[in-house]
Amino acid sequence: MFFVELSLGMLKKITITINGKKIQCSPDETIFKVAKNNDIEIPGLCGHPDFPPKANCRVCVVEIKGYNKLVTSCSEKATDGMVISTISERVKKARNLNLELIFAEHIEKCPTCAINFSCRLLYYAEKYKIEVRRFGERKTERKTYKFANAVEIDGSQCIDCRNCVDACSMLQKINYLEIKGKGINQEITPSKDLEVDCIYCGQCALHCPVNSAAEQSEWQEVEKLLQNPGDKKLVAMFAPSIRVSIGEEFGLPYGKVVTGQLAAALRKLGFNYVFDVIFGADITTVVEASELVTKLKAAKQITGDQSAIGNRQSAISHLPMITSCCPGWVKYAEFYHPELLPNLTSARSPHVHLAGAIKTYWAEKSGIDPKNIITVSIMPCTAKKFEAIRKELAVNGARPVDHVLTTREFAFLLKRNKISLGKLKPENSDNPARAGKSDPNSGAIQPNGAGSIYGASGGVMESALRTAAALICKGDKICDNRIDFKEARGMEGVKEADVTIGGHKLRIAVVNGIGHISPIIKKLADYDYIEVMACPGGCIGGGGQPIPTTPEIRRLRAEALYKIDKNAPLRKAHENKGVMEILKWLKTKGKLESQVLHTKYIKRG
Amino acid sequence: MARLSNLCDFVPSDRDLPSMADNNILYKIKKAGLIGRGGACFPVWKKWTAVKNAIDERPENDRKSCVICNASEGEPDVKKDFYILKNHPEKVIAGMLLALAYLGAKRGYLYINANYYRILRAKLEKAADGTPVEILVKPSGAGYIGGEETSILNAIEGKRIEPRLKPPFPFKAGLFGLPTLLNNVETFYNVALVEEGSYRPDRFVTIIEQSPKPTFKAFARLRKITKREVFLFPEDWTMEKILKKSGRLPSYKFFVQLGGGASGMVLNSSQLKNPLAGSGSITIYNLENHDPMELIRQWIGFFYGESCGKCVPCREGTFRVKEQLEKNDVNWPLVKELLNNLAETSFCGLGCSAPIAITSYFKNVFPLISDKNNVLASSQSKTVCECFS
Repeated sequence: MFFVELSLGMLKKITITINGKKIQCSPDETIFKVAKNNDIEIPGLCGHPDFPPKANCRVCVVEIKGYNKLVTSCSEKATDGMVISTISERVKKARNLNLELIFAEHIEKCPTCAINFSCRLLYYAEKYKIEVRRFGERKTERKTYKFANAVEIDGSQCIDCRNCVDACSMLQKINYLEIKGKGINQEITPSKDLEVDCIYCGQCALHCPVNSAAEQSEWQEVEKLLQNPGDKKLVAMFAPSIRVSIGEEFGLPYGKVVTGQLAAALRKLGFNYVFDVIFGADITTVVEASELVTKLKAAKQITGDQSAIGNRQSAISHLPMITSCCPGWVKYAEFYHPELLPNLTSARSPHVHLAGAIKTYWAEKSGIDPKNIITVSIMPCTAKKFEAIRKELAVNGARPVDHVLTTREFAFLLKRNKISLGKLKPENSDNPARAGKSDPNSGAIQPNGAGSIYGASGGVMESALRTAAALICKGDKICDNRIDFKEARGMEGVKEADVTIGGHKLRIAVVNGIGHISPIIKKLADYDYIEVMACPGGCIGGGGQPIPTTPEIRRLRAEALYKIDKNAPLRKAHENKGVMEILKWLKTKGKLESQVLHTKYIKRG
Repeated sequence: MARLSNLCDFVPSDRDLPSMADNNILYKIKKAGLIGRGGACFPVWKKWTAVKNAIDERPENDRKSCVICNASEGEPDVKKDFYILKNHPEKVIAGMLLALAYLGAKRGYLYINANYYRILRAKLEKAADGTPVEILVKPSGAGYIGGEETSILNAIEGKRIEPRLKPPFPFKAGLFGLPTLLNNVETFYNVALVEEGSYRPDRFVTIIEQSPKPTFKAFARLRKITKREVFLFPEDWTMEKILKKSGRLPSYKFFVQLGGGASGMVLNSSQLKNPLAGSGSITIYNLENHDPMELIRQWIGFFYGESCGKCVPCREGTFRVKEQLEKNDVNWPLVKELLNNLAETSFCGLGCSAPIAITSYFKNVFPLISDKNNVLASSQSKTVCECFS
């Protein structure tokens, strides 16, 4: 009886009226949310589903019958019988004036702004007929703070919404961004605390509505190269997660897979070759899984002697092993927990693996001087920009990855060049294991399922487990009978499980967002293998992804990746023949093998 | 005007009264009809009950709560809390102790204006000695907003000093998330009197006389206060009666600002037939001998300087009004629009009250100035009157 009452109580609906329309909703919803669910648009700049409402931009104000003041719809809960207007003269006047005041804080740099084509300010200006120059610009003297070569905050564009601070403190728990000063002197500044540092994750940029927090752009240089390549061969490499997100920039639904159009768009933009980083991810998986199995063996975990469990943390094996393909996490570990660096896998990250293979194996097979190859990564990430300039990654003395563009930068480049991705005929990517001319129509490699899920939290773990199982079972099909490791999937902050591969129990943890790292670091001895992604949701929620990125959008993007995996003809990295061929070739190249496949980490604290 | 006089006319009906079985002090407070003296005129028993209920909703082994006495008194001209703390510190502490006992709270905080602390330190420490009341000095730079109740919570917690989004209200989740009772100095003083049985429905009123003689163009500082004194009068006395009985009714043409020199409403001398509402202060200005532009610049300058920066209408709006008022050719309709927007859309009480002085001044006082067309160019003067009428 009690449960019946409880569930009835939870189902109880209320009725409110918005702009004369009667609407049923539940009482715990805000007016903003109810309106949105019913296709009534209320403008707003400081709200984001990742954070509790701040109600500081005052643009989402609505009029409620019987209330003295206007109220912010982002913070006000609907109550039964409420009569609301989002379009009254009073609302219009207040909302427009607040938008005009906000415009005077934001120095427009539209022609070179990466979110120009999806700018909410410009959209509101047009929709609500805002006088954007009603008040004089007041932030002409503001500084730009740069964080390595990855992220920046341009104070002259900031509208003081504080989303970046919420992203940095509430979401990521880094606390690098601070609010200084009061009134109009308020400014977002990097912390002066020497114990705190930016990890370049770019969540500030992803949550900034006006591109004040943004990636440090490289599209200008890439555009120059594309316009005037000289004797250079321009090579594009696109990340696994991009294919399920960039469609959004062109009006396609969330989670729409556009792999073929992505390849076509890159060629249309002027790239000579287009490679899928899923290939690189397969290299990473094989390298990482081999290392995992070696470490487990060293710790006597998989000799059948379970009594040796106490040796797990021996100095040689450095268990648990921790993934390292997320550069935000690597910077975090280097700065905050250098004692963990021996636990990080020595495997490089997928685009660095791929670029290394391109500038060695593929260059040699194709008869192209590696010096004439310019590699450009299209990444969901801002921290990849910092990763790309790491000196320890040099291959034959040169950078494997020459430029990194975020998804947003790349979409901007396409739009600038009037390339409408959604309208292109899909093309194939080139095969890094095959020499010769770029061919959009044949010689295709189907992306491996294992590499595709790299873009979602838990995907690296799952791919590595698939290959580790094969390594342990040495081809025994009965022993190696598992593909899906659903324990690693999903949007929870921390995922923990005991999984069995090749008859051996492995204790795993997946940290989905750096804000969830602390409890796991406190009990490292409880695990054998840990995946860490700095951004919530993994790369599909990366700091370089399209805006907006919300919990719901992250879920849809991840879902699309798992669908690719499910339908892929190959779902295990080591079944990628091209990858195995390149690894075999590298084995014969002495020191080069390690230069292409492995890296080291630097204490930065 | 109707609203103003209605603010404090709460009279508890018998139906609302707790039974004698209820806690004694709450019954007495309710019977006495105590209302909060912080300015919002909220019935004291209601606030105490809300905190008590919030405590009772918590798990039995975690029924913690806090009591805070707000002695920040950041409103210019109002010095009645200072007067009370100076003359009756033991009563204020006694009131706090009654609240602590009623709620079963372990700790109380006297959150005090730094200047007051500097002057009254010895007295206050003596009064609080041996009690669970701790004196916390308002951080330097906390400013006006540092006296707003949720900003106080942030200040004590060491966070950025600015208002919090409500709900949750402090009575439910205040200091460190605990149910928190926040009352003004005068309120706790009154609680102590209620307990003693000596409470009478009086209120403290600071009467300030701005320098009466300066001429329009020739003065250095307008806000040169010539006289300031704190009186105790029955709370139902009209403002006119207060001025008469205090001997402060000016012989010259005058106007007044009520409840503080920044956020207070401005009335002309014929509008004083109601009891004083809000904070207890009356500031007297000389109608024919003041500089209107200087005065309103000072008002907006205060809010511009004190805005915490959290919300757009206050951060940007006060700045833009100030910017306009510094021009020779003021865009009055824009000023009016910005002020109106402050009242309509500001996050907290500071922003909402920022326009009160200016708008009420232009509505109630400016048209009465005989020389108004010399003060502002006559075209401007006309626009002003139209805008704010």
